[in-house]
Amino acid sequence: MTNQPAGASLDTIRDIKQMMERSSRFISLSGLSGISAGVCALAGAWYVNDTIEHTNFGQAYAAISLTLHLVKVAVIVFLAALISAFFFTYLRSKKTHVPIWGTQAQRLMINMIIPLGVGGLFTLKLVDLGVYGLVAPSCLIFYGLSLLNASKYTFKEIRHLAIVQLLLGLTNCWFVGYGLYFWAAGFGIAHIAYGAIMWWKYEKQA
Amino acid sequence: MKNPIEHLNKIFDSRIRLGIMSALMVNESINFNDLKELIQVTDGNLASHLKTLEEATYIKVQKAFIGRKTNTTYSVTKAGEKAFKSHLDALEQMIRSMN
Repeated sequence: MTNQPAGASLDTIRDIKQMMERSSRFISLSGLSGISAGVCALAGAWYVNDTIEHTNFGQAYAAISLTLHLVKVAVIVFLAALISAFFFTYLRSKKTHVPIWGTQAQRLMINMIIPLGVGGLFTLKLVDLGVYGLVAPSCLIFYGLSLLNASKYTFKEIRHLAIVQLLLGLTNCWFVGYGLYFWAAGFGIAHIAYGAIMWWKYEKQA
Repeated sequence: MKNPIEHLNKIFDSRIRLGIMSALMVNESINFNDLKELIQVTDGNLASHLKTLEEATYIKVQKAFIGRKTNTTYSVTKAGEKAFKSHLDALEQMIRSMN
């Protein structure tokens, strides 16, 4: 017997595996989305760091207006990251033939939004109560948990990113006051590293 | 030596039917349009392969309405699951017998 049937069987098994992956996971998530979100986060962190340095905390109103200002910056950074991430993923979905708003994408979104929404409200309450020291850890921990949940519905590798965020978030609890650095490491550097690895692994040749 | 090819299921000879089964094995159900997008075939082609699988009782069809539009979803039956698994076993046997 020749190797013909074995080769054909291997091809068939590869097809089956690919179809199982493609139909159950959202594989259009682009590595470039991770990089762009990370760049937005770093730019935001740099701006906030600069603003805090130039604030005169002697004046009572300065602290209140600073809080408001920072919440605004956070919202802008979040939107910029989301829009740029969406843009690259949209481009990728054209190539993978997986609809950007198909069943897989919806499943991914709903499973990310629940922990992320809970975390977002909880973090806003921390700001409201003035517990600023726990804002960055709370962002990192809830985001890490939401990624962990999402890893079942997209690339498995996102689990590693989730673990990194969780470790940074927990460590930050014992280094209160350095939140911005932990935040920049998690949302900025970890995103860029993850995005670059994923791009290298799955999209480079395309 | 027994010919391993005889254990392969003829119904899964077609790449399209194999694709449909693979997708349905890992999802509770998938609708027609998502299947079309996944497998990249025309409506008529997909429909005829779905018919074959339905007639073999490997898949079942659920018709529902979303507003006025029909939403037809497909899911794998117990018989289909069994047939697909033994097809995979046969493929595995073939690869092993070559080594």
